[in-house]
Amino acid sequence: MQIALLGGLLGLLYWVAGNAVSNLAERGIRTGFDFLFHPARFPISESIIHYTPSDSFLWAFVVGVANTLWLSVIAVVLATIGGLFLALAQLSKHPLLSRLAVGYVTLFRNIPLIVQLLFFYGLVTSSLPAPRDAFQRVSGVFLSLRGVYAPTLVMGPGGGWVIAASILLLIAVIRVGHRRFRHIRLLRRLPAYAAIWFLGSIVIWWLADVPLGLESPALHGLNFRGGMYLSPEFAAITIGLALYTTAFTGEIIRGGIEAVDKGQWEGGRALGLRDRQIMFRIVLPQALRIIVPPMTSQYLSTVKNTTLAVAVGYPELGLVVNTVINQTGQALESIMVMLGVFLTVSLTVSLIMNRFNAKIALVER
Amino acid sequence: MANPNIPAKRSAIHRLFTLLFGDWLSILLTVLSLGIVIGLVPAFNWAVLDAHWTVASPAECRAGGACWAFISAKLNFILFGLYPPEEQWRAIIVVIVIVMLVLATLSPKMWGGRLLVLWAAGIAVMLVLMNGGILGLAYVPTSKWGGLPVTLLLAVLSLGLAFPFAIVLALGRRGSLPVMRNVSIFIIEIVRGLPLVGLLFVAAILLPLFLPPDWTIDKLGRTLAALTVFAAAYLAEVIRGGLQGLPSGQIEASQALGIPYWRMVWHIVLPQAIQKVIPPLTNTAIVMVKNTALVLIVGVFDMLSAARSAATDPAWPGPSTEAYLFVAGIYFVICYGIAAYSRHLEAGINSRNHS
Repeated sequence: MQIALLGGLLGLLYWVAGNAVSNLAERGIRTGFDFLFHPARFPISESIIHYTPSDSFLWAFVVGVANTLWLSVIAVVLATIGGLFLALAQLSKHPLLSRLAVGYVTLFRNIPLIVQLLFFYGLVTSSLPAPRDAFQRVSGVFLSLRGVYAPTLVMGPGGGWVIAASILLLIAVIRVGHRRFRHIRLLRRLPAYAAIWFLGSIVIWWLADVPLGLESPALHGLNFRGGMYLSPEFAAITIGLALYTTAFTGEIIRGGIEAVDKGQWEGGRALGLRDRQIMFRIVLPQALRIIVPPMTSQYLSTVKNTTLAVAVGYPELGLVVNTVINQTGQALESIMVMLGVFLTVSLTVSLIMNRFNAKIALVER
Repeated sequence: MANPNIPAKRSAIHRLFTLLFGDWLSILLTVLSLGIVIGLVPAFNWAVLDAHWTVASPAECRAGGACWAFISAKLNFILFGLYPPEEQWRAIIVVIVIVMLVLATLSPKMWGGRLLVLWAAGIAVMLVLMNGGILGLAYVPTSKWGGLPVTLLLAVLSLGLAFPFAIVLALGRRGSLPVMRNVSIFIIEIVRGLPLVGLLFVAAILLPLFLPPDWTIDKLGRTLAALTVFAAAYLAEVIRGGLQGLPSGQIEASQALGIPYWRMVWHIVLPQAIQKVIPPLTNTAIVMVKNTALVLIVGVFDMLSAARSAATDPAWPGPSTEAYLFVAGIYFVICYGIAAYSRHLEAGINSRNHS
């Protein structure tokens, strides 16, 4: 019976492949991955790494992946912090706050993410003025239909080295602090870390003698130039994704906290600890073990949800793949790239979270 | 002793006061919550007090405030898309049939073979009504289908078609045949690793490539295929959870009695396994209802697409916010309704089990 099954599957695959080959030949579509090294010749509206239309298709995919990961990281971080606050708000005895939190979860969980994204995008683009009459609530920060423009620090040549040295200093400070001063509480150590790093960075900058200036956006013709730029597409997808995911992470964290045995609270109270101490020192660390597995799948679905940015036009991997398919017709290869990227991300995130899970599970005796 | 009611009353107020202003944190939280509530006031003003419910001409909406008159003017279009207006009663009946079927499915009294027959009959009736061409009904091509019936049909059909596949995949993954097991794991993990948008691209672009040229599936059918595959993978994992929770003695006993495999699955394994996983199944159903909104990306004219294209009418001053809010409201009613109803049923089952 197994042989029949295997034979049937191979037959189906052979049939599909044969159809694909004849269809591709009939439509005159080239196959193979060598198109990846041809110039892409299409613009990508924004990216966190450098891209010009003369770069290769391969680089366009890399840019898409980078944007996807960037969006995912921001959404996951915001949603984790937001989820913790939401969970605590839901569990708090404060009558008004807990009701607001429950209302938030009910509302955001029961409306499709794409509707929320389009809503926020519509809100951002319809309620803001054209660049010419941009709002300027804070001096130098311009809020308009085209997005947010804000002043940014610009460094002269050699600025990259200064930043790299500063990051190295930060890592060194944390490592030395963890090794030598472990007996001091982490909360006491953190301000010291920050102070040493900040002063050290200023010294590095001064020694390197790199000019540092503030670049403000200025109106040129119909739009702003210079400064830091946040597009309405990016704003809509970030706000939408973070708010939506927060409702889910909040529920996961709340579930984890509620699953911790009531005896832990009673024990803590018997020892004379305050509720806040019990929550952060006894209950939350134990809840973490329950929270990690569902949180992993939530993070993964957030990464997958970033593809909805297609609907508002933020150029993450899905939109780049779509554009490449329209340009080259090489749908099979492009979708295989997308599949490969998402499977890699899924496996990597599961691996990291499993490691983390194993680490916190060790505490159990 | 004084009247015991008075201290009790005062203590209730006192308790509330302590909760709200008892210590610094409580005061902070109260101020924060009040801040949130006050922050919502402009939104309330916009949506209710300054809103335009009926207008003589779209230009009146330029005064600011929500333009709900836009929704009533475009209601037919958002709900039914391009479906011919004189045939819209058919689309309304389809929506009613779907709601009835869902209500019947959620009630435990109906579970069993009868339900399958009911669903098959219901789906046949709905497709005949939507499509027409027989029984004197005018033919309406799928390119004219739109709005709420499309959203509901996609959700219901993808879940219904996915269910048998999901059962086979789940049994295969748990079973002893290595080929079947590995194929099931491969399919489930690949589909779950891909975003639905990716699958919709696959269906819209690759599916025609994989089939012989003379087989044509229209856009709606291809989208339905993608949603079905997606739902099957997720449902399979839910059902697998139920299978894992089944005591192995049940299967061993039926094997000892010599019950054939499929009869054992139908009469012994599935009824128990599925009953264990009703809450996650309902959850998957809600997720699929929300996922149908994604078909907008491949150009299927569901309720959300209809709302989006209604909002581009230049006669009205930028009513996209109202249009999306209206669609969000409908999705909310559907999803919250399913969730609340299933919670109600679950509570009923639990109290029966405990008594």
